[in-house]
Amino acid sequence: MSDAAVYNFAYLDEQTKRMIRRALLKAVAIPGYQVPFASREMPMPYGWGTGGVQVTAAVLGADDTLKVIDQGADDTTNAVSIRKFFERTAGVATTTHTSDATVIQTRHRIPETPLREGQILVYQVPIPEPLRFLEPRETETRRQHALEDYGLMHVKLYEDIARHGHIATTYAYPVKVDGRYLMDPSPTPKFDNPKMDMCPALQLFGAGREKRIYALPPYTRVVSLDFEDHPFEPTKFDRGCALCGAEGIYLDEVVTDDRGGRMFVCSDTDFCESRCTPPRTAAQGLNEVPR
Amino acid sequence: MYVAVKGGEAAIAAAHALLDKERRGDPTVPALTTEQIREQLALAVDRVTCEGSLYDRDLAALAIKQARGDLIEAIFLLRAYRSTLPRFGYAIPIQTGAMAIRRRISATFKDLPGGQVLGPTFDYTHRLLDDGLNDQAPATELTHKIAHDEAAVPHVADLLGAQGLIEQNAEVEIGAPVGDLTRDPLTFPADRDLRLQSLARGDEGLLLALGYSTQRGYGRTHPFAGEIRMGHVEVHLVPEELGFEVSLGEIVVTECEMVNQFKGSAESPPQFTRGYGLAFGHSERKAMSMALVDRALRARDLGEEVIAPAQDEEFVLSHVDNVQATGFVEHLKLPHYVDFQAELQLVRQMRREWEEANRKEAAE
Repeated sequence: MSDAAVYNFAYLDEQTKRMIRRALLKAVAIPGYQVPFASREMPMPYGWGTGGVQVTAAVLGADDTLKVIDQGADDTTNAVSIRKFFERTAGVATTTHTSDATVIQTRHRIPETPLREGQILVYQVPIPEPLRFLEPRETETRRQHALEDYGLMHVKLYEDIARHGHIATTYAYPVKVDGRYLMDPSPTPKFDNPKMDMCPALQLFGAGREKRIYALPPYTRVVSLDFEDHPFEPTKFDRGCALCGAEGIYLDEVVTDDRGGRMFVCSDTDFCESRCTPPRTAAQGLNEVPR
Repeated sequence: MYVAVKGGEAAIAAAHALLDKERRGDPTVPALTTEQIREQLALAVDRVTCEGSLYDRDLAALAIKQARGDLIEAIFLLRAYRSTLPRFGYAIPIQTGAMAIRRRISATFKDLPGGQVLGPTFDYTHRLLDDGLNDQAPATELTHKIAHDEAAVPHVADLLGAQGLIEQNAEVEIGAPVGDLTRDPLTFPADRDLRLQSLARGDEGLLLALGYSTQRGYGRTHPFAGEIRMGHVEVHLVPEELGFEVSLGEIVVTECEMVNQFKGSAESPPQFTRGYGLAFGHSERKAMSMALVDRALRARDLGEEVIAPAQDEEFVLSHVDNVQATGFVEHLKLPHYVDFQAELQLVRQMRREWEEANRKEAAE
């Protein structure tokens, strides 16, 4: 007997999915607002994507095609594990091609290939509260959101400039959503922040351990915080990918020896692969990126 | 439909096979049965049922075996299973006053109705390794009969309460909804029902340390172990379609009522206050620690100044769940190289700026 027969479609029972969908609807209605939800214990540990998995389980349908990435790659162990989980419990089609996927669950990256309408990007979020490291108390940060009191964050960014000459936040760089809520983009590198702005796809964020869901409906304004005289600057690389030659994309640094040898390659393995291989057939998409 | 096959997949499968092999250990040594775990590692099983929030000693024994004796991993296994179970309803409160007592002691009165019953306890054993246990020890024959007194044993706190010396528990309407943090996300400030639920599921080690800290002056509550009792209680449920009580069976619980000092305030006269602990199975350390922390967390309700970690509700309740804690601590094992790359870029940039500035300074 297959696991899909033992467990409900996509693991969660329908009552739980309904509860999560209600939270998702509220989150979409109030972009950037963190909606508390009764996160369940999942068969993978907290901190390993339980929030994203619950959101994916709640939005997944039998005819969806799922892509799972971690650090931009389809073949990292946790991405493999989560993709396998949905193969077993939902039996849905999976893919590594960004353009073929209808639902993409991600940890720490947004694919380089621009997303389109009808796609859903599900983020795994460890700490949903952008103010948490400035104010550890939930009672206090909820009040600050209610009053749109984000002075603390502006002071932090200002202090960065005063101390370092520039803002010293490189990932989980705070954004303002639709001119109202301060939001943590999950720990994606700030390089990816501009992709969130006016994105045609629906972006959903799930934090399982912290029991919060938030969302960016398609075509939502997402602005990275900055100052007039210190505008936001995404991370830039002074070279292209050593494998496919792409420029203006996010690179991983691969240590090649113990004598300082370094190689920079695309973090998005699907993007790199599609540029390295000749026009693909279905089978070629399965090849591992040569590293 | 096609399935992506990637490098990580084979590595994961191989690691799991190795784990299975290591779990079995030396194959010339007989395999442990779950019955042996249930009967002979009973206190480990009790802890797993308690923090796993599922009273099923057979499944807990299986979880301990599967987890190679890692109790937090076993608790996690049980919790993950529990979250798939349908919810039929909420039992009516158990009556610990009607408990079939196996152990009951009070540190506040020398003798009292119902007596002091030591029961199976490590207390007063000398902690000397018993070489005899290396052999297949035959079952111990009891020389004393276990007394079975069917009469209900009154709670010590009720004896004090009759004279108004201890605060009354808040009146709770029968059938009133109780909080359930597994169905609704915890929000702050949390009421005592949710606090107690959170502590009951919470990590014994953290509760022990926090309870200990209150004894050492970090939020002192002057506790006395008013009563610790352990034994069987019956669980009753009123199914909606029946409309009357049915018994679901018996469970073993350990209950601890701490009696704590309180100076009184303008509204209430000086009287003792309560800290409450309840745990599945024979889990005395857990129940006592829980009672200490429960009392410490009542600081706000009692108008005491919140100055110590054990009194801080957000601090305690946000960190007491070991399944959450272990997941987030251990997630640091997952790759973080995208964010690390961003930090690396920044540190290199800042080092360039620093060297630049130093060069300029040296030149001037």
